[in-house]
Amino acid sequence: MLKPIQKPAVMIGMPLLLLLPFILQNDYYMDIVIFSGIYILLAIGLNVVVGFTGLLAIGHAAFYGVGAYAMAILSMNYGVPFWLALPFSLLVTAAFSIPISAPALRLRGDYLAIVTLGFGEITNQIFTNWVSLTRGPMGIPGIPMPAFFQWDFGNPLPPLGPFFTPSNILFYYLGLAFVGIGVLASWRLEHSRLGRAWKAIREDESAAEAMGIDTFRLKLLAFVISAAYAGVAGCFFASYTTFVGPSSFTFMESVLVLCMVVLGGRGNIVGVMLGAVLLVFLPEILRGFSEYRMLLFGVALVAVMILRPQGLWGKKE
Amino acid sequence: MLLQQLINGLTLGSIYALVAIGYTMVYGIIQLINFAHGEILMMGAFFTLTLLGMGVGLLPAILIAMGLCAILGISIEFIAYRPLRHSPRLAALISAVGASIILQNLALLIWGSHPLPFPDPFEGLGFLFSNIVVSYLQVAIFAIAAALMLTLHIFIQKTKMGRAMRAAAEDQEAASLMGVPVNQIITITFAIGSVLAAIAGIMMGAYYNSVYPTMGYFIGLKAFAAAVLGGIGNIPGAMLGGMILGIIEIMAIAVGVPSGYQNAISFVMLILILVFRPTGILGERVSERT
Repeated sequence: MLKPIQKPAVMIGMPLLLLLPFILQNDYYMDIVIFSGIYILLAIGLNVVVGFTGLLAIGHAAFYGVGAYAMAILSMNYGVPFWLALPFSLLVTAAFSIPISAPALRLRGDYLAIVTLGFGEITNQIFTNWVSLTRGPMGIPGIPMPAFFQWDFGNPLPPLGPFFTPSNILFYYLGLAFVGIGVLASWRLEHSRLGRAWKAIREDESAAEAMGIDTFRLKLLAFVISAAYAGVAGCFFASYTTFVGPSSFTFMESVLVLCMVVLGGRGNIVGVMLGAVLLVFLPEILRGFSEYRMLLFGVALVAVMILRPQGLWGKKE
Repeated sequence: MLLQQLINGLTLGSIYALVAIGYTMVYGIIQLINFAHGEILMMGAFFTLTLLGMGVGLLPAILIAMGLCAILGISIEFIAYRPLRHSPRLAALISAVGASIILQNLALLIWGSHPLPFPDPFEGLGFLFSNIVVSYLQVAIFAIAAALMLTLHIFIQKTKMGRAMRAAAEDQEAASLMGVPVNQIITITFAIGSVLAAIAGIMMGAYYNSVYPTMGYFIGLKAFAAAVLGGIGNIPGAMLGGMILGIIEIMAIAVGVPSGYQNAISFVMLILILVFRPTGILGERVSERT
């Protein structure tokens, strides 16, 4: 199961993650850490399509947005509580991915990438223009925060004995749970029959098909699972920031998640997670350079790709 | 009314076509979606504006901006794409995204985020043709675009250099074995694409009277859609695709598609064409390999 070197990492890492809010004790840092969690979910979700199955998709923000809007609309218009809206939004996002990816999957390579890109743009235009449902560019503010037994994330009481419990801490643990489940599921998937079939498709689609793998169905399944991850991330994002608007789900967002997967090393779950954390932290670290930070971000992307085309933690192909 | 929309569509389509040629030429030769192409267009418009502000005449300003953009395109290829030519395709794609982010933020730092006014060289003048308004600018855009495309077509089909470009696009390895200097050809491809993008950027600036750092983003995506529409790698296809996309976009708004969906129209077209005719209108074959 675990390689010997991984054991101490897990033994140190686990308590560290569990105690992180009490080590940092800082809302700004916690905010970055929570966003890292959201992007880890998005990135390991996209990794199923890009990393395991080897399909290039540049429309992940569409699924992320559908999840977030589903949560926002369900809780605002219909008063559905978080824990009920979550599975429902997940299903909506997964179902939404089927009519989008089914026609796209007839194509290969860059053409698939372009169609997913097109769908991403169309989805964003719908968020912007379907004013009666999404309130258009104004977005939907005031999304209620979840509650967990006696803990209301929006009005945190001090239930943890001596510790003060701002909503950030509760969101941190909720995010940690989501990421934990997500990573475990992804790891189990990778080493299952399904995961091996995906990798066979990645290595040689025609050969996989000749071996009796139903490539269309499995590629579709990769997209649906990937969308489900993005749906959960979107739900979490909507309730954490209490606001959704079309500007959060643009082409650049899809590209950012793709960069996390490629930069980290596609196919490698730990690498992809580190890629997500790196790209969330990098603009914050570069904040000292204020207006130059996005410029440096671009330079970093180009430089990493030139120096390590397989990604920072990827295996050489 | 219909004819009026057709003229507006042709103007927009000419600009799309010029940008689409750059995408299709680069894709044809190194199979890379050059995400930085839209940003080169934007830089072309800003260079011209700055030169005009320095008191340089319109024509020299345009020529210098074209030259600067050519250098920019060549440098991007040299720095960001060439080292990745034998790496996984995704790496080059991310590098292209990085280059695009760099250029956009460079423009933001130099010229600021607010749209700057761009002068119309014809000061909005035009003529009335029965009851259709045609501005001199529209005539100029169409004429210049048509002349450029014709020149390019002759260059690609009739000159030795053009033949080398076609050979390199067909099979890089075989071309290089036959003595075609492939690296040099790729450099020239980027230079031509960038020069056309610069001209398109200046046209966009004059037509909409404003330039801003993110102007290359949507036009870049749409021009790429146009290139795919015509059949990627196919230069006459890119010209046709650009024209069709421009006309359809204007016509769809005219028949009542809400103008907020203007940008979505190109992508709907793109998806329909890819699903039903993946090779594009004039494309011949699609490589099955990823």
